[in-house]
Amino acid sequence: MNFAGEDRYSRQERFYGIGAEGQKKLAQAKVLIIGAGALGSACAETMVRSGAGKVTLVDRDYVEWSNLQRQNLFTEQDAAERIPKAVAAARRLRSVNSSVEVEGIVADITAEEIGLYTRGIDLILDAADNFEVRMIVNDIASRDGIPWIYGACTGSYGISMTIVPGQSACLHCLLDSVPAGGDTCDTAGIIGPAVQMTAAYQTAEALKWLSGNVSALRGTLVSFDLWTNRHSSVDTAKLKRADCPSCGAKRTYPYLSPDSHSRTAVLCGRDTVQIRPPSQVRLDLEEWERRLSAYGRAERNPYMLSLTLDRHRMAIFPDGRVLVHGTGDPAEARSLYHRYFG
Amino acid sequence: MKLYINGNETELDEACATLADLLSRPEWKERRMIVELNGMIVGRDDFGTVLLADGDRIELVHFVGGG
Repeated sequence: MNFAGEDRYSRQERFYGIGAEGQKKLAQAKVLIIGAGALGSACAETMVRSGAGKVTLVDRDYVEWSNLQRQNLFTEQDAAERIPKAVAAARRLRSVNSSVEVEGIVADITAEEIGLYTRGIDLILDAADNFEVRMIVNDIASRDGIPWIYGACTGSYGISMTIVPGQSACLHCLLDSVPAGGDTCDTAGIIGPAVQMTAAYQTAEALKWLSGNVSALRGTLVSFDLWTNRHSSVDTAKLKRADCPSCGAKRTYPYLSPDSHSRTAVLCGRDTVQIRPPSQVRLDLEEWERRLSAYGRAERNPYMLSLTLDRHRMAIFPDGRVLVHGTGDPAEARSLYHRYFG
Repeated sequence: MKLYINGNETELDEACATLADLLSRPEWKERRMIVELNGMIVGRDDFGTVLLADGDRIELVHFVGGG
């Protein structure tokens, strides 16, 4: 079934900045969205409704009740069934616009694997929830010459910047190392409008780039606070560093080196720690459900296995990743992991 | 001296002389910032040498990670 009739994009084509020509370019575009949480939902919905050619979402997490307040692609049923966000998002997006090719990938972004997702991509929208992943995105974007759009939000605050390799300062120029969890963690909570505003800045830039309106790009680091009514737009061109390890003359792409990232990651404001397996594995979830049900309540869906223990809950994915809920302490999470997975 | 930080009038004692001094205050020191001083962006390497003066307008943009 194809509903991409003549009328579908008429309002967008009437818009002077896009037109029929811009719409054609958009229909050829392949967009990668890193993360399918709040920003990922909002960005993906706009890109799919606007008729991008292909939208790929990569996310490591699954839908929980606390997501529904702002992550606009998900339903109560997704939360009740603990559906991986990439799966639930792709399902919803396909029903919104069947003429767009939508791919949802349940995976963690790592230095080793990001190249699998960026091949042939025209633009990357950042909807990650941490800087470790953003620095990996920044390095691969610089290496392969793919523009990407940083976006992040917390509380009523949001920030975004478009990074065009070879032209703008990159994220590594602006931040000399990965910020520690504490200063960027979303312990302040978040309101939906901050998400929508950030995603609006990101997707407006995406539409400009993909429809061939390069000169319309904003060119500044924009930030705002919807509660205190502040807005700022700063020209960061002068912060581009000739000696930047990610985009400078002697670039080495340090964050694409496999040893640059940790096996354990504390998920911001979530009382959750993610542990990656030491090497690539493929878990048979049915087998593990049988094994682990001796220790607690084990529940399985096609995408993950959930094990509820006394004080903790573990979400186990086929790629061997485990989310340990109920602790923010990496050591405690690791010891639980080793108890069940050796 | 009187400064305008993100539009808010702020009174600082004289000991606060450089941008680095200002950014080491408790409310800012844990944050990653982009700093604009009177409309001009200031590189990280210059934070320790840029002197603040009465009436300066400072824009502090901090990075966040949530998404």
